[in-house]
Amino acid sequence: METWWRALTFTLGYNTSVVTLGAMLLAAGAGMVGTFVLLRKRALVSDAISHATLPGLALAFILVGLTTGDGRYLPALLLGAAASAAIGLWAVQSISDHTRLGEDAAIGAVLSTFFAVGVVLITVIQSMAVVGQSGLTGYLVGATAGMLASEAKLIAACALGLLAAVLVLRRQLLLVCFDADFARTQGLDTGRLDLVLLLLLMAVVVIGLKVTGLILIVALTIIPPVAARFWTDQPMRMVALAALLGALSGYLGVTLSSVREGLPTGPLIVLSAFGLFMVSFLFSPRRGVLASLLAYRRLRRRVHLRQGLLALAREEPIFDDLTLTLLCRRGHIRRDGVATSAGLAAARDADHEERLWALYRERYPDDALHREHAGLVPIHEVLSPDAIMALETQLLGRREVVR
Amino acid sequence: MPDDARLDKAILASPLAIHGLTVSYDHRPVVHSVDFVTPPGSMSAIIGPNGAGKSSLLKAALGITRRLTGDVRVFGRPYAQMTRHVAYVPQRNSVDWDFPARVIDVVVMGLFRDLRWWQFGGRGQRRRAMQALTRVGMEAFAERQIGQLSGGQQQRVFLARALVQEADLTILDEPFAGVDAATETAIVEVLKSLRDEGRTLLCVHHDLATVRDYFDHVLLLNVRRIAAGPVDQAFTEANLQATYGGRLSSVQLARLVEPALAAREH
Repeated sequence: METWWRALTFTLGYNTSVVTLGAMLLAAGAGMVGTFVLLRKRALVSDAISHATLPGLALAFILVGLTTGDGRYLPALLLGAAASAAIGLWAVQSISDHTRLGEDAAIGAVLSTFFAVGVVLITVIQSMAVVGQSGLTGYLVGATAGMLASEAKLIAACALGLLAAVLVLRRQLLLVCFDADFARTQGLDTGRLDLVLLLLLMAVVVIGLKVTGLILIVALTIIPPVAARFWTDQPMRMVALAALLGALSGYLGVTLSSVREGLPTGPLIVLSAFGLFMVSFLFSPRRGVLASLLAYRRLRRRVHLRQGLLALAREEPIFDDLTLTLLCRRGHIRRDGVATSAGLAAARDADHEERLWALYRERYPDDALHREHAGLVPIHEVLSPDAIMALETQLLGRREVVR
Repeated sequence: MPDDARLDKAILASPLAIHGLTVSYDHRPVVHSVDFVTPPGSMSAIIGPNGAGKSSLLKAALGITRRLTGDVRVFGRPYAQMTRHVAYVPQRNSVDWDFPARVIDVVVMGLFRDLRWWQFGGRGQRRRAMQALTRVGMEAFAERQIGQLSGGQQQRVFLARALVQEADLTILDEPFAGVDAATETAIVEVLKSLRDEGRTLLCVHHDLATVRDYFDHVLLLNVRRIAAGPVDQAFTEANLQATYGGRLSSVQLARLVEPALAAREH
């Protein structure tokens, strides 16, 4: 617990602090790029990219290992990973472009094939006399514990570049995500922008290999944006929020993993992100489960109360328990079901309002359509006094005609 | 030919001149060698049966989809140089309305070329977007999430996004599809006011009954160009028959081309 606190406050030593910051920047970048990828409805592409890094990673390890005796040279490994990820991306793209298969099928095929090749290469490595083999598993599930400060700085620098690129391109990317046809009429090369977005995604995956590992990096590009969606309806805020939530998960995950030797970083970051997602999912005031549950209950009570009052006004019997309870609690009826004088007055009001709403719906059908729950809320909360007066006059006129 | 000079002049003045445009999907031409010179300051309709290639023609002209052959000129110059002069209102159902955006965000997208990357949408942008929203009667909805709008309101938001561009030519793909009567009237009013400012409008249109009321020029299309010109001259029984084949009854046709007859029956 105390170690975690020291990690959280950046007092566990220079190395841990640099690694934490690097991971946070990476996760922020992943959240931003992930938001655009998600809005472009291509979230699964990152899964294909990440699995396609393994063969390149393993090959680079073999080549570096054969020349220097130790395969753990981060820049070379990242380059190898990027190269094979690019080949994987190209494969996905050409399968979905030139065949009748959809992108999802192409992703599934490429993902598994590349991963299989990577696993075979890893068994080859295990039979070789090269130092640093244990370091390779770190690329599967992430390991920041043994990370050098220089490696962390490389990751941080790349992540910063990524953030800058997204910042510059944010408006174009947004336009392509929302309405690609319109973007093209504005003179944007949407094909190239899609490619740029995929390259950014590839950069996230490759940089993140050492931090979360290749299996779990996909979570960092999907979970923070999805969680951010619960809190806002504005596109740029969603991007910023996804970056923030990503950085927060990176912070929590890396500091947690520094508590004890051998704790895998990737799963801890992903679990932190999932925790933030659950909080958003449950407690967001806009789209959260709790909020919509409460709103549903409020609406149901309102409908029951309304129906009860209208039944009182029309002197119809009431059988529903909830309606009776609600009416009784508000003093509209006595325990034995007989209406009080206050209840009768309220019932007359409700009946009158119902007539006003009915008239409103009849006169202005289009407007009524756009008002939420028109007829359930008191009419003076929605319409202006003038509009209500006009309706009252019309209602009065109509009644006289009937007489 | 003596007409050559006059034709060139017409193309130079036209906000959208299409020449020999062919579009094909899977080796099947959906638009075949179509010529159309949009008269400046007009309100033109493209009409034709389903699958006649109306939307494909526009999309290919705007460079959204690839064209097999053909030349597209905006005021005599290639479209790629002139994108600023053209605004496009796509079909409403072509986007995901659950996208995280408010009405104002969508309208500001129309101004995207006026903003550099270091600028964070200024007050001026917002003001222009609000003006466009007021013009389509949607100013009260600026902060609404776009998914909460009705179909007619969504269409008006798209129109507002085109309005902020202040383009010389506005191209609309079925702007009246699936909207309520009030919205249709509102949109027509805005379009007519644009034409009165001297701007040009080109619409893919479905409802033959309103062609005479809304438009002054018409292109009848069924893969090939059947006829084009002022409504009085081109919107004739023979041309409609040729465009729609046997799909219109003679009574329908007679009503469409002779509005006086339809009026008398009411």
